[in-house]
Amino acid sequence: MSAKFTVSFAGPLVSVQDYGRPGSMRFGVPRSGPMDRTSFAVLRRALEQNEGFAAIEVSIGGMVLKCTEGNVTAGFVGGNFSVSLDGQPQSPWSVFTIRAGSTLTIRPGLEGSWGYLGFCGKINSSEWLGSQATHLASGLCGHPLAAGATIEVSEAKVEAGFTCSLPIPDFARFSGNVRIVPGPQDDCFAPETLGALVSEPYEVTQDYDRMGMRLKGPSLPIAEELSMPSEALVRGAVQVPGHGDPIVLLADHQTTGGYPKISTVITADQDQLTQARARDKVRLASATPAEAVKLARAQHAKVTTYLESIAELRGSFEDRLRRSNLISGVVGDEF
Amino acid sequence: MNQSLIEPAIQPVGDSGLMVRFGAAVDPDIHAQVLEADSAISAAGIEGVTELIPSFAALFVGYDPLQTDFETVSAAVRALGPMKSKERTSGQIWQVPVCYGDGLSPDLAEVAVRTGLSEEEVINAHLSGDYLLYMYGFAPGYAYLGGVPKEIQLPRKTAPVRDIPAGAVMIAGPQALVTTIKMPTGWWIIGQSPFQFLRPGEDNPFPLAVGDRVQFTRMSRDDFERAVGQGAKT
Repeated sequence: MSAKFTVSFAGPLVSVQDYGRPGSMRFGVPRSGPMDRTSFAVLRRALEQNEGFAAIEVSIGGMVLKCTEGNVTAGFVGGNFSVSLDGQPQSPWSVFTIRAGSTLTIRPGLEGSWGYLGFCGKINSSEWLGSQATHLASGLCGHPLAAGATIEVSEAKVEAGFTCSLPIPDFARFSGNVRIVPGPQDDCFAPETLGALVSEPYEVTQDYDRMGMRLKGPSLPIAEELSMPSEALVRGAVQVPGHGDPIVLLADHQTTGGYPKISTVITADQDQLTQARARDKVRLASATPAEAVKLARAQHAKVTTYLESIAELRGSFEDRLRRSNLISGVVGDEF
Repeated sequence: MNQSLIEPAIQPVGDSGLMVRFGAAVDPDIHAQVLEADSAISAAGIEGVTELIPSFAALFVGYDPLQTDFETVSAAVRALGPMKSKERTSGQIWQVPVCYGDGLSPDLAEVAVRTGLSEEEVINAHLSGDYLLYMYGFAPGYAYLGGVPKEIQLPRKTAPVRDIPAGAVMIAGPQALVTTIKMPTGWWIIGQSPFQFLRPGEDNPFPLAVGDRVQFTRMSRDDFERAVGQGAKT
């Protein structure tokens, strides 16, 4: 059984993403995949999908889809969007069932830049190097979804038991604070420049897409011209080209570059940073690699605990009450 | 061959990678050490290492911060010992045909003016180079070739030009490249090639390996059109 959708409206940069294609950077191919991998992981767990799971990454522009055929359980997770099904508001993070003829509307809400729409089933889309992740810059694996596009979900299932409203955890929200590990080319900058980077706030600019996010704040002049040939760039790298504004590289970043990297955003803060919007303020703070590794592990533990709580949050309030009573044994058959 | 072995410099890159640096120049001996480290680290199977990315003079080693950390991985890399700039393994040699002029070389005249050579001399200099594939970078299948002869080395343009199509044969400084997808570039376009460095639909989309060599050969406009018409990969 399959379910079909027609896209009535899609903002810019709406695309199919999965886990990405790790390990291909040595051939010039970025990993791609979700901008906010944490929210994507929550959606996958909420829909009980396997590792090959692909979802639609919805940008701040939003998206409207009409189900033209079939019934399927779907979920939306990420940011704080306003989601409605046939005009009925849903929780921003929730799982619901869409039936033929229904219209799902996703509009930018109060916060967040990226959200994930997924299904109990497989989105049929292009595949390259073992991944369905759209690489927007190259067009090697599909293109952004635009009005008029059709989306087919094969092996579509209705899983009424997965229905839920999930609380938006703090770790998935843009906090305004982002930690960085200095280097590898921080020595190209004067000490006062390195000081300004972590003492003054920066502002997120409109120059923000899947490749990177340009920040505006104290300019970062390069004190010592770099005589280094191009080398690998990683997600999170804070690169400073000649204009002196830092650019944080993200999911679709170019794989090599010759501009100096003043620092790298720590793993634990990369996803929440992507949920920032233009004009949001970011305060950067330094961390050592060892501290950053600890923070990555702590973040992973927090996310794991949240993922494990999803099963408990399923169903109606009555369902949850019944489950908890069965477990605690406080309320027996006599009630 | 460089006999003076220098311990590579190892620097952290965030919390999930490190850069092993062998120098700061585009040089075959330095690059040989990068490749040696690439295969040695790959063979060592260091726990938690997720990705290796060779470049001109450095090797990026990515790791999973949930499994390991900078100190552990850098110690494991150092334990492999200094990387010998061993006898260059003879990489495969690829003949890459290029059609120069005839409306396919938008910057050939400008390169001639800037180098003080005739267009024909620029072409001959480009053809005379012995090119080494130092690294892939920037975009899928973009193979950075080093070995452009000194007389036609030019700094890149001050501003990039948008929408350069696939197959453009370009130079900038000591580097040469044949584009694989439409991208902006500030490099000088001196010809067009039907040779495909990126073959997306094939089992191995990247037929050339880092360390392979490239020789450019000249092809006529007729041969070029025929090759393109036949969907050439060569």
